[in-house]
Order: sequence, then structure tokens, then C-alpha cells
Amino acid sequence: MTSIVIKGARILGGEPADILIRDGVVAEIGQGLSGDETVDARGLIALPGLVDLHTHLREPGREDAETVATGTRAAALGGYTAVHAMANTEPVADTAGVVEQVWRLGQEAGHCDVRPVGAVTVGLAGERLAELGAMADSAARVRVFSDDGKCVSDAVLMRRALEYVKAFDGVVAQHAQEPRLTAGAQMNEGAVSGRLGLTGWPAVAEEAIIARDCLLAAHVGSRLHVCHLSTAGSVEIVRWAKSKGWNVTAEVTPHHLLLTDDLVEDSPVGSYNPIYKVNPPLRTRADVEALREALADGTIDCVATDHAPHPVEDKETEWAAAAMGMIGLETALSVVQEAMVETGLLDWAGVAERMSCAPARIGRLEGHGRPIEVGAPANITLYDAAVRAEVDPAGYASKSRNTPYEGRTLPGRVVATFLRGRPTVLDGKLA
Amino acid sequence: MKRHLISAADLSRDDALLILDTADELAKISERSIKKLPTLRGRTVVNLFFEDSTRTRISFEAAAKRLSADVINFSAKGSSVSKGESLKDTALTLEAMGADAVVIRHGASGAPHRLAGWVRGSVVNAGDGTHEHPTQALLDAFTMRRRLGPLDGRRVTIVGDVLHSRVARSNVLLLSTLGAEVTLVAPPTLLPVTVDSWPCEVSYDLDTVLPKSDVVMMLRVQRERMNAAFFPTEREYSRRYGLDRDRVAKMHDDAIVMHPGPMNRGMEIAAEVADSPRSTIVEQVANGVTTRMAVLYLLLGGADLGGEIQ
Repeated sequence: MTSIVIKGARILGGEPADILIRDGVVAEIGQGLSGDETVDARGLIALPGLVDLHTHLREPGREDAETVATGTRAAALGGYTAVHAMANTEPVADTAGVVEQVWRLGQEAGHCDVRPVGAVTVGLAGERLAELGAMADSAARVRVFSDDGKCVSDAVLMRRALEYVKAFDGVVAQHAQEPRLTAGAQMNEGAVSGRLGLTGWPAVAEEAIIARDCLLAAHVGSRLHVCHLSTAGSVEIVRWAKSKGWNVTAEVTPHHLLLTDDLVEDSPVGSYNPIYKVNPPLRTRADVEALREALADGTIDCVATDHAPHPVEDKETEWAAAAMGMIGLETALSVVQEAMVETGLLDWAGVAERMSCAPARIGRLEGHGRPIEVGAPANITLYDAAVRAEVDPAGYASKSRNTPYEGRTLPGRVVATFLRGRPTVLDGKLA
Repeated sequence: MKRHLISAADLSRDDALLILDTADELAKISERSIKKLPTLRGRTVVNLFFEDSTRTRISFEAAAKRLSADVINFSAKGSSVSKGESLKDTALTLEAMGADAVVIRHGASGAPHRLAGWVRGSVVNAGDGTHEHPTQALLDAFTMRRRLGPLDGRRVTIVGDVLHSRVARSNVLLLSTLGAEVTLVAPPTLLPVTVDSWPCEVSYDLDTVLPKSDVVMMLRVQRERMNAAFFPTEREYSRRYGLDRDRVAKMHDDAIVMHPGPMNRGMEIAAEVADSPRSTIVEQVANGVTTRMAVLYLLLGGADLGGEIQ
């Protein structure tokens, strides 16, 4: 393998340095280094390759929305070197066979590492545990288990899942949504839903499940990860659980750090535009502020995209009929820059911790989320934080276009991504 | 006036008064033997009904026909939420037919907003999910005005399932625009949790509000709400929130009783109350045609009516 030298990159936003990569590993960091190939990174920030704990790649089953190949291209362009592919596919990733299929598709595509998430229950039906051990022992080496899209609402099943995954250091990632309190729910329950006549999705439906699960995880001494926290109350519960020393981690999506529920009523794309329909729903300004603070102070461990591609016909409908979700891989870093860095809440080291190190740690993903230092696998993202551009999804690698940021100006651009020393993105384009 | 009528919030006080005044003029036509004006000749109005609603559909149809518009009734059995043609595809079909106005009734809140983004003609909301029903609020205001005169300072009490009622939402908005004081009365389970941000008062006790009311508007309460634990039993609901003879006796002499229909006689309103002289329920139906004529007339660019009515 040839050697590559990245010239003049600012590691975590620090002083410029050269990074020499040889055999997929960081061989040297210093000044005036040379290699077989040179990448000019003057003015660019170098971050450890981003890791997403929460990606919907839609394959198998909904290849009209996304495939492993297109989704991982989008991931690479967003600066990601690894993604966790959620289990709510068709068929559901609830067996060793399906998770191995997804894992192999990721290997074949080669844009970033794909770590499948295994379903907690068979068919996401919330009735019987799936073969968690078989998925953990498979070639995909599953460590994260989730029924995401659905909540494991049965307390006994949740308890059993939390207990069972201890055998292989797994973690249960819960989509916290009490189903009875959210039957028919369309958007955050509040002033806007009241005016618009849309059935409310109350914050308490998330918070009640998180509180219960924290208590269960503590009781059985297991690891709980809370998916896409969206309310100030959820933050308080996680903060309390961590203060007790319990093994609870949490994620927040970029869109919950930036967007609010009033966009459903009034936005540049009109009222009731399902581009803003997402689960959990966009909440209030106070929730956004609480989530930002919690991400800054470590209560929330990481940012996860919840990249949820949908074909245009699933969004070009009336609100109630529209699919829930937004794509996010190609905008995540820019949104985090706007919400967290430009507000002074995080520096680039903090971004690296929350978008690379912590998600890799939670997912037990070896070789990712390591600091950029000699001997570490060369999973590196080069980012230009100085540019600003209007979001135009027409050029996205994702098969879907359901981004809430179209027409909005966001900061920053991923210039290059290296996966074990091999460029997957150069000059902002797929290598 | 805006190009569409989707929410009662779209109407300024002047817009609302213009519609009501125009309806007053048009009401004179309804009293003539020939009830037709040539005003909208050559214009096409499409009634796009995704929910069964004979009353509202016929009302809009009569309104358009009395103004000489061509009317296309497009009855979409089932909705685009179920399998089949999407709302957008339907909109594109209407566009190809050259609809000047589309009157839409749909089970999904916000469907008229989406439609307005896909068609060039005017969109009139004839009821969308649990959101709004602005022409019902206009005909209610028209009815109140005919009985009581100007609405400034009038006290209107709306009773029942506010949470699921598009009629209540539109009425609260329009009546506050017109200067009336609105009080909502319902069990707490049938009010939005953020109702305190609405431009109205809230009470859980009907009996204390009745003596101060100029208008008592009863809302239909669907029996299936009981199964979802919004209230314990029909009997309890009727006892606490139903309008019976004893409660009517607490109202002052000139106060009126309204109901948008269809009624559950014996549940939210006693039969004898519905059929009493206080009741405007039949008038509301007649006024619906007149008010909708005014809306279509003004949205489709009607000029001064004076010459035509003479």
C-alpha cells in the first residue's frame, strides 16, 4: 500500500501538522513529512472518522429509498467511516442471516464500515426475543440491539433483553415511545399541534419509558442506550441516571439540535409540509436548548443521525399519510457546527468525542473512534469549517431527498474521508 | 382577501365582515323565485370530498350552482391514505380539468394546505381532519348576527368535544376576530392541553356559564370517544355537559342554541331543545348555502353585487 501524507491539517482544530499514513495506519505526525501521495489539507480540520450509531440503510426491502451502497456513499460524503445499520428492514434484521447479508453488502460497497444492529424482538413485534446470541456470534458481530421505529414497551421483555445481552457485552438501544400515549400521534403535543388539529406526541411518552428503562438497566446491571432523546425532561432523567453511576448512554439527532415544532405550522415550504415529520417529533425551543446543553456537558454522549430516507412519493402527501423521518448523513457535521460549535458550546475535540469516539465506544466498534495518533487506524475526516453553502439535495449520494435543510445555508463541508488510509472521499467527491 | 380559504385565521376582521355583508345581500336572492345569478358562469368549481358529508357537499354544490358555476363532484371513496391515487395525483388531475376553485373535505388535518401548493385555483377548506372548518364558522357567525346583531362583546359558549372539533377551532378564531367573547366548556380530556394559548376562556362547569351566554353552541360528541376513555359513560357526559330543558331555563330570554349537526339527540342536546324556538339549527343549514355563495363569489373575483341583485 502506498503512503499518503496529509499536509497542514489542524488536528481537532489545533495547530497545522502533517499526517503520514502507511499501510492504513497513522505512521507519523509532524512537520515537513512526505509520502507517495500528498493531500493538501491546509486550513482544514482533521477529525477521527465519524461513526453513526443510528442509520437506516433500508436494504433489504426498501431499495427504492436507499441501499447499503447509496447510504454508505452518503455516509462517506458526510465524513463517516462507520455506520450502524438499523434493523427495521424488510425482512427485519432479526436473524444471523439478515445481519450477515447487510454486513457483507457493506463490505462489498467499501465506502465505510457497516455494523448491523440486531432487532431485539422477532419481526420487531415486541413479543419474543430474537436470537440475539446468534447475531452477536455471526460474522457481523452485532453488539447493538434495537427495535428502533418501535419501542420495546413490554417491561418484562425489556428486562430480559437487557439481562441477556450482558453475555456478549451488548447494549439495548431503546426507541422510547410509550405506544398507548402516542396512538395516532403526528407531531409534538403542544400549542402548535393544538392549533393545527394534529394528534399530539407528548414528551411524557418518551420520558416515562426512559425512566422505566434506566431503572431496569440499573436493576439488572446492564447497558442501556437511549435513542434520539428529544425533550428537556428526557435529559433530566438521563442526567439523574448517570448521577447514580448507572450504565446509561444517550444520543441526540442533529435535527433535534436545530429544528422546532413551529416549522410544521409556518416554514419556507408552507404549513403541514411532511418534510418536518419525524419520530420522535421536532419539539420546542426550550427542548432544543436543553438538548444542546446536555450534549455539551456530556449528559448526552453522542450525536446520531437517524438517517431515514424516504422516496418522494412518501413525503408528497397530506401530513397524516406521510412517512416519518429525515435524511441526515450528508448534513450532520454542518448542523452540529451550526448548533454546537458556532454557539460556543463545543470545540472540535468535543465534536470528535461525540461524533466518533463515543458512538464507537457504545457500539463496541474496534478500530474506529480512536484519536488521530501514531499507531491508530487511519480513519480520518478532513473538514472545511470556513465555508457556507446553501443546501441542495439534488447532488446528494443518498437515494432519497427528504432533507429539512433544502434552501437553508449551512456551514462547513467534508473535503475528504479516509477509511483505514484509503480515501473514500476526496475534494468533496467520492474517491 | 387571500386566494384561498383554508383557516379562519386567514380572515381579517374586514374580510370576515365583507363575507358576512355579501352573504346578507345574497340572502335576498334565496328569497326570490329564481334563485340564480350569472356571476360565475364559465367558472368551474370542484367538490373534492374524501369523507362522506352529504350536508356540506350539497351546501357547496347549491352555492356554486346558484352562482351559475359548473360543478364537478369528485367523490373519492376512501382516501389517499388508503391505497390508490395520492392526493397529489388527484390535484394534478383537477389542474388538468381547469378547476377555478377546489372545495376539499379530507380526513387529514392540513390536506387543504398541501392541495393549495399543487393547484393554481382557489382552495376552500370544507373541513380537514380535526383542524378547521372555516365556512361552518362563517355560517355560524352569519346566523348569530341575524339573530343578535353585531357580534362585538357577545358571549358565545361552545360545549363539547373541542379536542377533535374542527368547528370549534374555526369558531374560536373567527369569533375572536369579530369581537365576540368565547368560552369553551368541556371535560378536561376533550380540550387540547395547550388550550390556554387560545383566544378564549375555558370552563369545566356548564351551569355557571349558561346564564352569561348569548349563544350556546353544542358540539357533536362521538360515542366512540367513550371507548377511548375520554369520558366514562354517555350518561355521565349527558348529565354534566348535555343541554336539556333545565339547563336552557338558566339561559337568558334572548339567548340562542346552535349545533353544527349532525346531532346526537338525547346525548349532547335534548330533542325538545333542538326543536325549540331558541334553536337555530335549521337556519344554520339555510345560511350555509348563502355564506358559501359569498365565499365562492369573493374568492373567484366577484365585483360589486349591487347591480346584479337589483
